[in-house]
Amino acid sequence: MITAVAVMALGAVILGFALGYASIKFKVQGDPLVDKIDGILPQTQCGQCGYPGCRPYAEAIAKSEAEINLCPPGGMEGVRRLADLLGREVKPLDAEEKPKAVAFIDEATCIGCTLCIQACPVDAIVGAAKQMHTIVAPLCTGCELCLPPCPVECITMKPLVETVENWKWKYPVYEIQAATPRKAA
Amino acid sequence: MRSLFKFKGGVKPPTQKTQSVGEPIAAAPLPSHVSIPLHQSIGGTPRPIVQAGDRVLKGQKIGEADGWISAAVHASTSGTVVHVGPQVVPHPSGLAAPCVVIEPDGLDTWIDRQPVDISALTPEAIREALRDAGVVGLGGAVFPTHGKLTASKTVPMEELVINGAECEPYITCDDLLMRERAEDVVRGAALFRDLLQPKRVLIGIEDNKPEAVAAMAAAVKAAGEGFEVVAVPTRYPAGGAKQLIRVLTGKEVPAAKRSTDLGVQCFNVATAYTAWRALAYGEPVVSRVVTVTGNVERPRNYEVAIGTPFAELLALTGPRADTQGIIMGGPMMGFLVPDAQVPVVKATNCLIAHSTALFPPPPPEMPCIRCGECARACPHELQPFEMYWFSRAKNFGKTQEYNIFDCIECGCCSFVCPSRIPLVQYFRFAKSEIWAREAEKNAAESAKARFEFKQFRDEREKQEKAEKLAKAAAAQAAKKAAEAAAQAGAGENPATDVPALDPAAQAEAAKKATIQAAMERARVQREAAQPRNIENLSPTQEAQVASVDARRSDTGENENNQ
Repeated sequence: MITAVAVMALGAVILGFALGYASIKFKVQGDPLVDKIDGILPQTQCGQCGYPGCRPYAEAIAKSEAEINLCPPGGMEGVRRLADLLGREVKPLDAEEKPKAVAFIDEATCIGCTLCIQACPVDAIVGAAKQMHTIVAPLCTGCELCLPPCPVECITMKPLVETVENWKWKYPVYEIQAATPRKAA
Repeated sequence: MRSLFKFKGGVKPPTQKTQSVGEPIAAAPLPSHVSIPLHQSIGGTPRPIVQAGDRVLKGQKIGEADGWISAAVHASTSGTVVHVGPQVVPHPSGLAAPCVVIEPDGLDTWIDRQPVDISALTPEAIREALRDAGVVGLGGAVFPTHGKLTASKTVPMEELVINGAECEPYITCDDLLMRERAEDVVRGAALFRDLLQPKRVLIGIEDNKPEAVAAMAAAVKAAGEGFEVVAVPTRYPAGGAKQLIRVLTGKEVPAAKRSTDLGVQCFNVATAYTAWRALAYGEPVVSRVVTVTGNVERPRNYEVAIGTPFAELLALTGPRADTQGIIMGGPMMGFLVPDAQVPVVKATNCLIAHSTALFPPPPPEMPCIRCGECARACPHELQPFEMYWFSRAKNFGKTQEYNIFDCIECGCCSFVCPSRIPLVQYFRFAKSEIWAREAEKNAAESAKARFEFKQFRDEREKQEKAEKLAKAAAAQAAKKAAEAAAQAGAGENPATDVPALDPAAQAEAAKKATIQAAMERARVQREAAQPRNIENLSPTQEAQVASVDARRSDTGENENNQ
């Protein structure tokens, strides 16, 4: 009886140590789920989801505080991938899906106020006070955050056009020809 | 005789080459206009260096190479630049790309051609000269040749393979080039040999071109070189670089490795020819030999100025009445061009007049029966049926597991498929989707990095500002304390009022005092500088002032709202 208790106690002590050691040694820094969600989000940092950037939104999703269909730049594709990752139901996007666009500054109207430069979350606008500003198009994520601060409304969104470089082969689809009806004999 | 090796798979479609080899290469007449795309090689898009209205000579550079992996482009005839801008180019998308359109003056005047003394140049200078002459791989991939002319530092160069296999049906431009201009091809090969220093030079030609083999062998002998001219068995795609290397040397280039890692480099015969012309004659790449065949009366090879519209070239051979569309390239890997006016580019080796009699429309796709014929035919030993399932299901990760990026899109699998599945189209779709996603992911990652850096920078600036203010405030406080002490004299203890507070509160107090002082100063200044131009105003001016004031207060409110 005593031996049995002793053995069990010993076992408990050993396992306790092992678990305690493992919890320190193999501690995971941060939440890996947030990183995975953040990886799916398009990183436009536009705040259209109601959170100040992609990472806060990812954190909110991970805590089940936010729906997965709040990211318009990610589109339905993004919703589907988030649903896949989290095992949640696919929901229709909570906004209109827009074609990808980049901002464009009309340089004749720009007064060089630097307000858009301060608003740009991804440093895609170059310029200086009282100098013309311009958008570095390959860096622009199309978040539209530079539109409201512009005092002269010289920024417009231009949809990306298809070029030979970014053209994609289409999914092979063949039209089915209507069969010619046979004449009755 | 060399013992040859075999590559797995491959097919034997009817070669259809005899039609166009009957007559020698003819010079195509000058077209009504030439439209020269600036991006004619892999790598950076050359920058245009001419404008509309400029006069150019044949061989004059019109696009400067952008970066090391890029090649210059040149005017293919003399005349006037009429337009620099987007024009339709020979691409399956039918989209426009930047081109330089030149109206020929009919004189076809060359620039002052300066032959280069090759023996006096360093290898680097030769590579640069080739880049500036626009020499690219003319076998179809148009990779800048100078980029392939640096030997691997770790692996000794064993073999240099000159590719004259030309395995695709209908195409005969390399065959005719070797028959008629073998000497220059051999000299070009010798140039590559000098740069790469390989142990052997092998010229591989399919055995259905005995005339070309004989001509090349004679030219090698005449030049006194030790190159081996090897006739390889005719089997599509023996002209694929990796396949020809396998046949000639027995070396198999592994996935995600280059042939240089095995000490082998491969060039097309036309590339060797143009490289030699560029250096020894000072002629940049402004024309190429193009096979014009298919549904035409007089199939033939033409030496064509780059930029010639397809329609004008095809008209020389008398296309038959039922011709519908033009295929650029061969029937296995080529594509129907979307517009007959697209220009000949460096990658254009063949035009095939298309008719439904010659190429019947593909019968409807049937379900895959998993017969495995495609896997047997695949020269890269891939499993096309597996890649097909996953491409069809848009499961792109899986297609990559089955090495879809090793697929050379040769079309053997589609050729043998009993269910007539357009396998290559599925693979192309999957590849471009994967590329697009990769690009998107990279863009998102760089956007995230920039966003995080901006946040970090904002934080740092805030901190720096606070520190600066605190420092200034502390200095101010110290000064005040000293003044107070001086005023109070020896009788009182100067340390009681200010220094008793902790430094942070002190700084805060000092800051407040500074702000107060600044506001006071500003108020005094404002009062001192009362505008003097508002006395004795007319009623209209007063109204104007009132409206301006109203607008100002409006904007102020708006700003407050924001």
